[in-house]
Amino acid sequence: MYNTLRQILRTGILTEAPPLPDEALRAIAQRLRTAVLKRFAGALSIRHVDAGSCNGCELEINALGNSYYNLEGLGIHFVASPRHADMLLVTGPVSKNMEVALKRTYDATPEPKLVVAIGECGCTGGVFGESYASCGRVSNVIPVDVAVPGCPPTPFAIMQGILTAIAGKEETVLQPVKVEPSVQSRS
Amino acid sequence: MRIEDFDLELDPIPGAVPAWRGEADAVQWRALCQQVRDTGGRLLALWGSDRRAAERGLAIHAALIVRRGLVWLTCQAADDGYPGVADIFAPANRMQRAAGDLLGVRATDQRDARPWLRHGAWPDDEFPLRKDFNARTRHVNVPDAYPFVRVEGDGVHEIPVGPVHAGTIEPGHFRFSILGERVLRLEERLGYKHKGIEKRFEQMTLAEGARLAGRISGDSTVAYAWAYAMAVEGATAAAPPPRALWLRALLLERERIANHLGDLGFLGNDAGFAFGLAQFSRLKEDVLRTNLELFGHRYLMDRIVPGGVARDLDETGAAQIGAECDAIERAVALLHKIYEDHAGLQDRFMATGIVTPELADRLGLSGLAGRASGQANDARVQFPPAPYAELGVKMATQRNGDVAARVQLRFDEVGESLRLCRLLLDKMPKGPISADVPDAPEGATGVGWVEGWRGEVFVALETNAGNEIRRVHAHDPSWQNWPVLEHAVIGNIVPDFPLINKSFNLSYSGHDL
Repeated sequence: MYNTLRQILRTGILTEAPPLPDEALRAIAQRLRTAVLKRFAGALSIRHVDAGSCNGCELEINALGNSYYNLEGLGIHFVASPRHADMLLVTGPVSKNMEVALKRTYDATPEPKLVVAIGECGCTGGVFGESYASCGRVSNVIPVDVAVPGCPPTPFAIMQGILTAIAGKEETVLQPVKVEPSVQSRS
Repeated sequence: MRIEDFDLELDPIPGAVPAWRGEADAVQWRALCQQVRDTGGRLLALWGSDRRAAERGLAIHAALIVRRGLVWLTCQAADDGYPGVADIFAPANRMQRAAGDLLGVRATDQRDARPWLRHGAWPDDEFPLRKDFNARTRHVNVPDAYPFVRVEGDGVHEIPVGPVHAGTIEPGHFRFSILGERVLRLEERLGYKHKGIEKRFEQMTLAEGARLAGRISGDSTVAYAWAYAMAVEGATAAAPPPRALWLRALLLERERIANHLGDLGFLGNDAGFAFGLAQFSRLKEDVLRTNLELFGHRYLMDRIVPGGVARDLDETGAAQIGAECDAIERAVALLHKIYEDHAGLQDRFMATGIVTPELADRLGLSGLAGRASGQANDARVQFPPAPYAELGVKMATQRNGDVAARVQLRFDEVGESLRLCRLLLDKMPKGPISADVPDAPEGATGVGWVEGWRGEVFVALETNAGNEIRRVHAHDPSWQNWPVLEHAVIGNIVPDFPLINKSFNLSYSGHDL
């Protein structure tokens, strides 16, 4: 116990200031007005759904919980059921085998709800594209409010995306990024 | 040529690892597999391919690990299929089912004939990996009713979990049959993340494939990128310069360190010790930030390319990594002691999720989890590609096969990887970091075989004319280990499942392809 406490004291507080909302990340269908958003009152519950990612985005979503980003400190926390969620954080190109599960998760989330698509695959289908097994971008399957590019997007970019979705004021169109397989990642 | 005592002509496959290739008839196919098993060998991967264009029908391939290296064995399937090898190598069962779904090539003795990767996204009489299947075809999704094995009896009930899980985890379905709190049986259903990676490869050139290879399982991007690059370099006779190989090893060890640190944190957390998660995820974040600063990507994606690496490391960067290794070593030593001294934590870790060495051998448990159950296999030690032969990697093993053993193994491997990083920095040769990749001849083959943090990552490559990919099969060690997880949880209580699952930490994406 002594060593545990000593290590906690020695580590100190590492949390950095959160980033400002980035309007550039806002996607087409911002369905919620500021008035509705105020209902969240600083306590946002997020349900993460991996709809077919390579698991790179999951690493960064997990990193949001570390002491540097401390997402919980902002009043944002991940919940275990879509029924408890205000927002879905969806990663991956949506695989055909996850299409039904993603739609059901969306339907199970109470209105009003926000959807943030995470990563290049969530934005465009990425290197996997659309095929017999992949539905491509998340917005091909459920409505998306904000799409965050990056392969994977850094924790900062994901935070910006979340903040953009909840602090959204005006509608901005996110230009779809056309990705050729030979293009290097824009990390 | 002949190797060992195998009664089959084998041709060497040029490349960085010792490998041979041979074509067998149905009798030789089974006989050789049996001989490999009897002499202590293992099945690394099993997959199918469509060779009808060359009038050679559908073929089934196996990558076998023998004493001298790797044997890529091919058997042309007859009209009614090929003789299965699941009775010889337990992990072959799901691989054979997957080959059946994707290619329509079936084992004649397949006892479990349920689909594995096909859930209803395409009809059961169409096969995506056949050359006449159009990858852009979109079928209407027909959700299927997968027949799980039912456990019946007084008080037995089922808990279905997934595919959408309660945490930030990949999707998969677990069907628990339980009595009270005890797990009588766990049945996994995977394939939810199947996104057609192998078919996608066939629309790409060798150069384009590197980016896809690095996204088969994001947490093992370095291992996959290296294995893919190794296969391409073998097929094209490219010679990556020594410095590139040393940098690749440095990246691979950093990937191992980052993942092990993350797992050690989550393992503490899953046993109710949030302090462990806070401490270890901070250390992992430090490693990721250094990766971004020095190599330009937090997880080192696209840093390994066919021919070499994409980024060099200067003296300052090397010194920075060296200092970071020292800092991590000090912090991990302290945290290791805290974990060891924590009675509550050890109580959850010990005797939980046991896989005995005997069971591990029978089921073919591989990689990190295998080493925690006495299976002393590590490609860096047994078949070291450059530069590992010069590093003298010390393999860590445990025999208890419980969560505690898999935790201890991670502590040991972090220590060894830190030592290797310092050695790599110290002795790294100077020179260029990449070489030209010549054009590939049509029909060339290459293999890549890399010991990633989770276990052996394998890539088998065949080329078409014009540097295009005819077939890539990428294999994740999770194929071997997922079925063993079903055994590891038997008799444990349901609340220990997340802990046991995390101690294996298997890839869904790398498995589902």
